[in-house]
Amino acid sequence: MAVATVDQAARDWEVPEEQIGLWQDAWVRFRRNRLALLGLALIVLLLLVTLLAPILVHFKILIDPIDQQVEHIEANPGVAGHLMGTDELGRDIFSRLLIGSQVSLSVGLLVQLIIFPIGLAIGLASGYFGGRIDNLLMRFTDIWYAFPDLLFVLVVVSVIHLNGAWYVQLIPIFGAIALVNWVGLARLVRGQVLSIKEKEYVEAARSSGSPPLKLILKHLLPNSLGPIIVTLTFGIPQAIFLEAVLSFLGVGIQPPQPTWGRMVSSGYETIYATPTAVVFPALAIGFTLLAFTFIGDGLRDALDPRMRR
Amino acid sequence: MTGRPNRGALLPRRLTAFTGTRFGGLIWYVFRRILWMIPIVFFVIVITFALAHSARGGPWDRTGGRPLSPVAIKLLNEKYGLDKPVPQQFLLYVWNVAHFDFGNSYQYQSKSVTTLIGEGWPYTATIGILAFLLIVPFGIGLGVLAALRQNSRVDYMTMGFATFAASFPNFVVGGLLIVVFSVILAKATGGNFFLPAGGWGIDDHLIMPVVVLALLPTAYTARLTRASTLDTIRQDYIRTAWAKGLSERLVVIRHILKNSLIPVVTTLGPTFAFLVTGSVIVETVFSIPGIGRAFVAAVNSRDYPMILGTTVLFSLIIAVANLVVDVMYVFIDPRVTLK
Repeated sequence: MAVATVDQAARDWEVPEEQIGLWQDAWVRFRRNRLALLGLALIVLLLLVTLLAPILVHFKILIDPIDQQVEHIEANPGVAGHLMGTDELGRDIFSRLLIGSQVSLSVGLLVQLIIFPIGLAIGLASGYFGGRIDNLLMRFTDIWYAFPDLLFVLVVVSVIHLNGAWYVQLIPIFGAIALVNWVGLARLVRGQVLSIKEKEYVEAARSSGSPPLKLILKHLLPNSLGPIIVTLTFGIPQAIFLEAVLSFLGVGIQPPQPTWGRMVSSGYETIYATPTAVVFPALAIGFTLLAFTFIGDGLRDALDPRMRR
Repeated sequence: MTGRPNRGALLPRRLTAFTGTRFGGLIWYVFRRILWMIPIVFFVIVITFALAHSARGGPWDRTGGRPLSPVAIKLLNEKYGLDKPVPQQFLLYVWNVAHFDFGNSYQYQSKSVTTLIGEGWPYTATIGILAFLLIVPFGIGLGVLAALRQNSRVDYMTMGFATFAASFPNFVVGGLLIVVFSVILAKATGGNFFLPAGGWGIDDHLIMPVVVLALLPTAYTARLTRASTLDTIRQDYIRTAWAKGLSERLVVIRHILKNSLIPVVTTLGPTFAFLVTGSVIVETVFSIPGIGRAFVAAVNSRDYPMILGTTVLFSLIIAVANLVVDVMYVFIDPRVTLK
């Protein structure tokens, strides 16, 4: 009995052999979140589909998404080898859905790549140096928040459109979505920097003569990375949503490139004959957004130090 | 809220005596906020105007149909003042907007933008108000219920609903609802019972648009109410209330809700933004002839005066909603004073 107690005490005092770092710890916590894992699995699957679909089309394993089979217009699922049926022009919905993921995923991911450096630089400068830059940013965001994102993106994209392949047409859409989204990131980084700036370890580094650049790169940036990653992750579904709405309203990527938003809107035209033409792209959009939201929730719980036991 | 220490320096002493009082301070705050709206609206006009005028295609391009003759284009440009230099056009436009004149629409050349907005307004306002009447009780009710029964089935279901509603876009939910309640239901009942998928009427036509419009703000409100209520439940004074032996009803209503619902008022601001952008999509999905659909039509046909007019209107609605929220806060929460 007494021996056991001593053992217990010894175990309690034992120092873990390996120090668990922030990222490792975050991964352990993320893995515990089943929904987040499900989301991650869905997105990995979607990425594979996006990368493989063009190859499958090339080798004629998958029906060409712009190939019109006039004898099978508005076919229901399963008819004539069309897994999800065909649309109003006799194009295979299944392959359009797979190819359509190109647009959604590239918008979602690339917009974050554009926002990241801009929001980070302006947020860091604003939070660290304060003063005029800070004032300007805050006034600017005040005005920006008075204006709904969707309306701004709609107007920009309707005005600026490039002709060419779908990835050329995507450029103004990237620009418009990035333009409305960097503000949120900049504000977040600013807030992070403002609170971390006052911490003792930053003070210590500053008093021992670290130059501002080193302070920013070594202390402020790594310590605000968690919330930044979470914000960027939540930015992905938002960007995908905006692009889908643009396509739905007819101002996004022009045909023949399939996009999920446009598939929903053209599905409305045949909704009584083949309701599945709306259902499949609608579910694709919904579950993609849901998967990213799950990942975002999981990351937030994993990276938020306040949740730590 | 945005208190500035140099307030006294801006005003003569007799005025500071007035603005120093609680009520006077409020008036002064509202006054400054209304002034602050002017640069916001101005900025919105500058951006939209600049965008609209940098467009490559002109409003008189006819895709498909016969192109207009150069003379007709010249006359149209003169009629709409498009022959003047752009800075002059801009100043003229701002001057007109200051007089609530948004010019004539390009699409419907005999109608002014104000008329078009006036025509669409009743539809947009109807579904907006009805959606609002759904959002407040359901959002707050679900949020409070979820918080009071934290980690129960009700809580999980509410949060699940909130996550789904926040992830599925309006037009996706709209499409799925139409498939279920218009298409499948009509087929199943032999066309006797179904919900109309589009059009207008003060009857079952309203059900799906209003529900779809209300979904996202309801989820948002529920989430925030839950968080705020959970936060309140953990306060010391709630423990005291329980310890005093008060009944559950009394604790919940008088101590928890009274405090937890204060921050919920702030959701009303974003709710209006959701309703505005939501109306654009919902009106397109359900073919409702409101301002939202007029905006989409204007965007698609480069009807600049209409785009500008609706955008200014939308941003004004949101700015006013935010102001109302901030003022309401003063009346609801005695700890807040606006300066």
